[in-house]
Amino acid sequence: MGLEPGRLHFSWISSAESTKFARVAQEVTEAVKALGPNRHFLKEKAKVA
Amino acid sequence: MREYTDKIRQIARRLLEEGKVDRVIGFKKGSMPMMNEPCVIRRPQDADQLIWDGNCGINLANYLTGAKDKVGVVAKGCDSRNIVTHIIENKLDRDNVVVIGVPCQAMIDKRKIAAAVDGEISEVTETDDGKVVVRGNGFEKTFDRAETLQDNCAICVHRNPVICDEPVADPVPEQTDVDRYADIRAIDAMSDAERKAFFDDMFAECIRCYACRNACPLCYCPTCFVDESRPQWVGKGQDENDIRTFHFLRAYHCAGRCTDCGACERACPVGIKMRVLTRKLEKDCKELYGWEAGMSVDQRPPLDAYKPNDPDAFIK
Repeated sequence: MGLEPGRLHFSWISSAESTKFARVAQEVTEAVKALGPNRHFLKEKAKVA
Repeated sequence: MREYTDKIRQIARRLLEEGKVDRVIGFKKGSMPMMNEPCVIRRPQDADQLIWDGNCGINLANYLTGAKDKVGVVAKGCDSRNIVTHIIENKLDRDNVVVIGVPCQAMIDKRKIAAAVDGEISEVTETDDGKVVVRGNGFEKTFDRAETLQDNCAICVHRNPVICDEPVADPVPEQTDVDRYADIRAIDAMSDAERKAFFDDMFAECIRCYACRNACPLCYCPTCFVDESRPQWVGKGQDENDIRTFHFLRAYHCAGRCTDCGACERACPVGIKMRVLTRKLEKDCKELYGWEAGMSVDQRPPLDAYKPNDPDAFIK
C-alpha cells in the first residue's frame, strides 16, 4: 500500500500484562522513530487563498 | 445459449404457476448491445422476457439481500457462492430462495470487444460454435469467444453453482490448469516504492462514483463507511489518499467473502482493475486458512471463527 514494513505493529496484550505493554510500546516507538517521519498516506492541508 | 434461455423461462414459469416463488430475478435483454438488465418477473406470462447469454455478468445475489418473500433467482457459479455468503451472514433464509442454477460458460467482456472494433456496435451475437459476431455501422467482425472473456471468468475455477434447486443444464467442466494469482505475486514482489507507484497509477482515474460498491453483493451495510459523516472516516474529495483509503477499505470489507464475480470491475466507468485488491485477500485466505468464500452453508468463515491454530506470526 506504500507504508514501509515496520511502521505498522500488531500485538495482543492482556490488561494484566503491564510489563509487556511497556516493552511493546518502547519497541514500537523505537522502530518507528528509526524509520523517520511518515511520507505516505499524508493529506496536505487544503490550500486556501 | 438458446437452450439455457428456454429452460430458464420454463423453470421460471413453472415456479410462478405453482406458487413456489413470489418473484423470479433474472436477466432481460438490455436496450444496448452487451448490456443485459436484471429484471424481476412476478407473473408466469411474463417469463418469456427472461434470457441468457454471455452478457449476464451482473451478480444477481445483490438483489436478494434481506429478502423476506419467496424468491427464485437465476444464478451462475459466482452468484450462487454469493447466495451462500448471504445465507451464512443471515441476510437470507435458505428456505426463501429457489436457486435456478446456470452452469456458467463464462461472460464476455464488453470493454474488450468495444476496444477491438472501430465505431459504434449495434449488435453482438454469439454462435453455437464458440464465436462472437460483432456488427456495427459498416463493419462486421468475428472473435473467438475464448478471447473475449471477462478477466475473472478466464481464471474462474467454480463455474457450476454450489447450491442449486433447479438446474438449467448439466454441469460444465471446471477449469483446472489456471493460475489465479500470477499478477498478485508480481505485486507482492514489488518494492515499497514500486508498489506505491503501481497503486497511484491504478487509482489515478477513480472518480469516487462508488459503482464498484453498489454492484457488489457483499456491500449491504445500511450506511457505508464512505457515506458516514459522524465520524467522517474518509474524505470525500479527489485527494489521492482518500481514494486509496476508499479502495483498500472496500477491499478489506470483502476479505474472506469475495467470490471474484467481477461485478466491481464490470461496473467501473473508468476501467480500474480493483480485483487485484480482493484477489490478494482471497489468496491470503486460501493460503492462511484454506478458505474459499461461499462454498458451503455449513462452514463459518475464517474471520468470524477462532481456531487455536490460526496463523499469528504478525502479532508480537
